[in-house]
Amino acid sequence: MKQVLKNRLIIFAGLIAFYGIIQALISFNFLNDYYVVNIILMGINVILAVSLNLINGFTGQFSIGHAGFMAIGAYSSAIITYKLGLPFPLAILIGGISAGIVGILIGIPSLRLKGDYLAITTLGFGEIIRVIFLNTEYVGGASGLSGIPKYTNWTWVFWLSVITVVLIRNFVNSSYGRCCIAIREDEVAAESMGINTTNYKTLAFALGAFFAGIGGSLYAHNFYIIQPENFGFMKSFDILTMVVLGGLGSITGSVLSAILLTFVYAVLQDYAALRMVIYSLLLIIVMLFRPEGLMGTKEFSFKKLLNRRAAKNELTVN
Amino acid sequence: MKTFIEQLINGLSLGSIYALIALGYTMVYGIMKLINFAHGDIYMVGAFTGFFASTTLHLGFIPSLLLAMLVSTIFGVTIERIAYRPLRGKSKISILITAIGVSLFLENSGIILFTPRTRTYPQIFKQHVYSLLNGYVTISNQQIVIFVVSIIMMVGLQFIIYKTKIGKAMRAVSLDPDAAKLMGVNVDNTVSFTFAIGSALAAVAGVLVGIYYNSIDPLMGIMPGLKAFIAAVLGGIGIIPGAMVGGLLMGVIEAMVSGYGSSLYRDGVAFALLIIILIIKPAGLFGKNIREKV
Repeated sequence: MKQVLKNRLIIFAGLIAFYGIIQALISFNFLNDYYVVNIILMGINVILAVSLNLINGFTGQFSIGHAGFMAIGAYSSAIITYKLGLPFPLAILIGGISAGIVGILIGIPSLRLKGDYLAITTLGFGEIIRVIFLNTEYVGGASGLSGIPKYTNWTWVFWLSVITVVLIRNFVNSSYGRCCIAIREDEVAAESMGINTTNYKTLAFALGAFFAGIGGSLYAHNFYIIQPENFGFMKSFDILTMVVLGGLGSITGSVLSAILLTFVYAVLQDYAALRMVIYSLLLIIVMLFRPEGLMGTKEFSFKKLLNRRAAKNELTVN
Repeated sequence: MKTFIEQLINGLSLGSIYALIALGYTMVYGIMKLINFAHGDIYMVGAFTGFFASTTLHLGFIPSLLLAMLVSTIFGVTIERIAYRPLRGKSKISILITAIGVSLFLENSGIILFTPRTRTYPQIFKQHVYSLLNGYVTISNQQIVIFVVSIIMMVGLQFIIYKTKIGKAMRAVSLDPDAAKLMGVNVDNTVSFTFAIGSALAAVAGVLVGIYYNSIDPLMGIMPGLKAFIAAVLGGIGIIPGAMVGGLLMGVIEAMVSGYGSSLYRDGVAFALLIIILIIKPAGLFGKNIREKV
């Protein structure tokens, strides 16, 4: 027990140190705005990828409409701060909750479907959400909402992504999460063991949507303007790509690939036209040579790494 | 009433184009259980080949159509060979991601090669509008061409699938690939052939769209591709008559929504329809519900 607590304290101290270093670099203007935007985007993408991984990777439900939930979070939080003038933390919360509620509403009917059909339905719901925003004059229709205050900063993004990762990790390791994994492995077997599959699928869907909503709130308050076009199915594919590339069912994989892909995207920014070609080729090549994703279902952990090294040392000593 | 008939004819012409694309989706899905996201972009390749065939090479309608079919077929078969075949039997989601990757690759290579601007398709047929029944029914010669060409293509497809040996192989593989292999069917060739036919049909749709709307661009494949896929699901994916009916239905509904409501809602209505159908009848209009065996 003490060991666990000690490890957690070490990780926590590491996180604070990491946060502090980046914050100091930003405060002293070592990183210009371009870097800051990309660092914030990395954090937002971590939230989105990890939350989608809960649905796709751990529960085995093939959802490709994540951008729709993100849009709900973005718009509802922007309404809270920009239209109603309420504080930002409340906006984040409302953004998450409203996306979560929509997640439940969409989840209950559509989770009766499986595999590709579910994928297409979620894609359809994502598009419907986009079309609804496109046709709502209150939020600016096609031209979108502009003039959203910029509240998102490194502090918010970093700690919210840490909270997201920790909560989803704990969820996955709880009995609820184990039920979700059982559903992924074999839905019929899970059901016959007495797991109420619909409940767990809906729960995972709602949680995933909730965090996507939070990601959306951060996104909305990072850029001056949001438009329905920002949340099309290409955005959903982007998030899905991060999840699959990192490995379905690996939280650390999602974190790493979200950071990596955002980085690749930023590096290729200078070659606008070529960027997407290189990006798509990269995608195809990785899938051809590592179809299970970079990490598979494994988690990266320092402890295991240290243990392995210790074991190796012992072997050499003997 | 006049608007209704007008929109019906518009919808049917748009619907035949959707149906042609949907056939490719449904055949590939039926045989490989893969949503081939790159199919919409094959349609774009077809449209551009048709465009260059008639502008640069000054070919007539039928030669450009054939050339477009040939080029798209080469693309379709190559994509299957390079990107999908090595992943056959691997997890579905990785093939799907590859398909998305291929789709992005084609779109963006298109932007680099052809520039993102919209191009005006040459008027291969001078537009004539025929008015029938005291002007109640108006139909343009372009719409007639679309109908005739799509009917020829669909009849041809039916012939290939039900009267030829390779068609029999396709049906066998879609029923059970392993059993087909045991009976001496070359699954690889059959899959390639399926991609070839699907891509050729998509190319026809591309050329027809160019003639009908007069404009093409490298990203033109995304939305029609998605809608054709919905049409395939609507009719029951893997079922060929289902794709035709689904495509026509989709076109008509879309035309009605734009004619009577707002065209901004067009895409939303298509997806809403899909979801309603899937929830009521998860296997599509023509599909049979098969209970999962344990």
